[in-house]
Amino acid sequence: METTQTDPDTETTRPADNEAAVGVEVEGLRKSFGDTEVLHDINLSIKPGEIFVIMGPSGSGKSVLLKTIAGLETPTKGRVTIAGHDIAERGSREKVHMALVFQAGALFNSMTVFDNLALYPTEHRLHGRKEIEKKVMDALGILSLEDARDKMPSELSGGMKKRVAIARALVMEPQLMLYDEPTSELDPIMGATISEVIADLRQEVGLTSIVVSHDRDLSLTIADRVAILMDGNLLAVDTPDKVRNSDNPVINDFLNPVIDVNNPRFKQKKAAS
Amino acid sequence: MKKQVTEILDDVGSAAVLVFRSMAYTPKVFGNWNRFIEQCHLIGYTTLPIVAILSFFIGSVLALQTGYALVNLGGETFIGAIVGLSMARELAPVMVAILLAGRVGSAITAELASMKVYNEIDALVTMNIPPERMLVMPRLLAALAMMPVLTIIGNVIGWIGGAVVCQYVTFIGVSTEVYFQSLKSVVTFKDVMDGVIKAEIFGFLVILIACNTGLRTKGGPREIGSSVTRAVVVSLITILVLDYFITRALM
Repeated sequence: METTQTDPDTETTRPADNEAAVGVEVEGLRKSFGDTEVLHDINLSIKPGEIFVIMGPSGSGKSVLLKTIAGLETPTKGRVTIAGHDIAERGSREKVHMALVFQAGALFNSMTVFDNLALYPTEHRLHGRKEIEKKVMDALGILSLEDARDKMPSELSGGMKKRVAIARALVMEPQLMLYDEPTSELDPIMGATISEVIADLRQEVGLTSIVVSHDRDLSLTIADRVAILMDGNLLAVDTPDKVRNSDNPVINDFLNPVIDVNNPRFKQKKAAS
Repeated sequence: MKKQVTEILDDVGSAAVLVFRSMAYTPKVFGNWNRFIEQCHLIGYTTLPIVAILSFFIGSVLALQTGYALVNLGGETFIGAIVGLSMARELAPVMVAILLAGRVGSAITAELASMKVYNEIDALVTMNIPPERMLVMPRLLAALAMMPVLTIIGNVIGWIGGAVVCQYVTFIGVSTEVYFQSLKSVVTFKDVMDGVIKAEIFGFLVILIACNTGLRTKGGPREIGSSVTRAVVVSLITILVLDYFITRALM
């Protein structure tokens, strides 16, 4: 399938100047589960400090791509390098600091919200106790979660869990932040807040962010570049404006679906089959 | 059949990898001291009451059965020796290991399987906190620390259970002095140590199987339940099969 990919060096509109930010290279990536290949020859070059959004319908392989970039899935073929380190190699995590915000939060259910956030700096002995407490409370403050510090994850709503997961990732002060559907299950205001947090992090610390999302507002507002993934193929990798104005009907239909009650899609599919 | 063999080999292989990776973090136990103590509390302290109750009754029943068989042959003075040896060399370590599998192993598998299914393990990996260091190593070391304690307490309480039966069951009527004299004349330090070695091996394997099965869980809530069942069944089979070979090797 044809992919239009712009050169990140020339097209990224808001380059970051943070030396700590890392670039991500995805080369010839294929991922199969059994006999089913879910990612077909993916090539991507994500620049340090860039906000890169991966969009696509459910089941298109977005989350698998994100998990493969995070090193949680091993590529069947190809490789992912972050700041030049092959993420599949043991020990690469010590060289690259990344945080992944999981779709369902993945909070540690046996720990309070505070302990969830404090785990990373405590385990890695990054700061003293008071400093950790300050950083945790700062992160909770950004996401309006101060009152939740002593709650257990089971006491939180779905949206709060997601915000805690983002706060936990913030405390890690990563070079690369990966978000899996960060605004799903959130109300519009909180969704906008999260989008602003993602954009602000890049401005403040030049963080590289890779976001998997269905959220058009988030994708087309804060992204430097957007990738459209469908059925495991990259249809386009371009700036939000170019993707929005794409003449590819599949991309147009995905970004601006028309609800036609007289000729619904499921009936069209049924008729076609 | 081929699939089942592959699954068994997969389990064995991943358990071997897990044990090497986890034990490589042993020097970091002091950095995980609270977790180690918490696991010692869970494996040792909370298991102790049930170990005490079962040991007492196993010792009692053993004395009752041997008393019933030997009293007509005039062999009641051997009851102490038989109960003492059986408890020390066989029953205490096996019983403690079985209790560990049912009570602690199942809980560990359920916890780790749940963490796996709900992405908590993946979260740890992305945080560069190896699950082997945080979740497995403290549990394995706690099992090694607590199994001898539980086994020796099980021995002593089992012996006391036998003594009580010998003293108070009228058709046996062996005094506590005679019972313990017989026990001391036969049971050696080596017998107790052999039992402790067995318990160490069983305890370590039970916790390893529990952790490995939990961490290999895929799917949802139903698979968590299946993993718990699988961990307990595999642990029981491992204990009983290995028991013969370890016993033979220690003779």
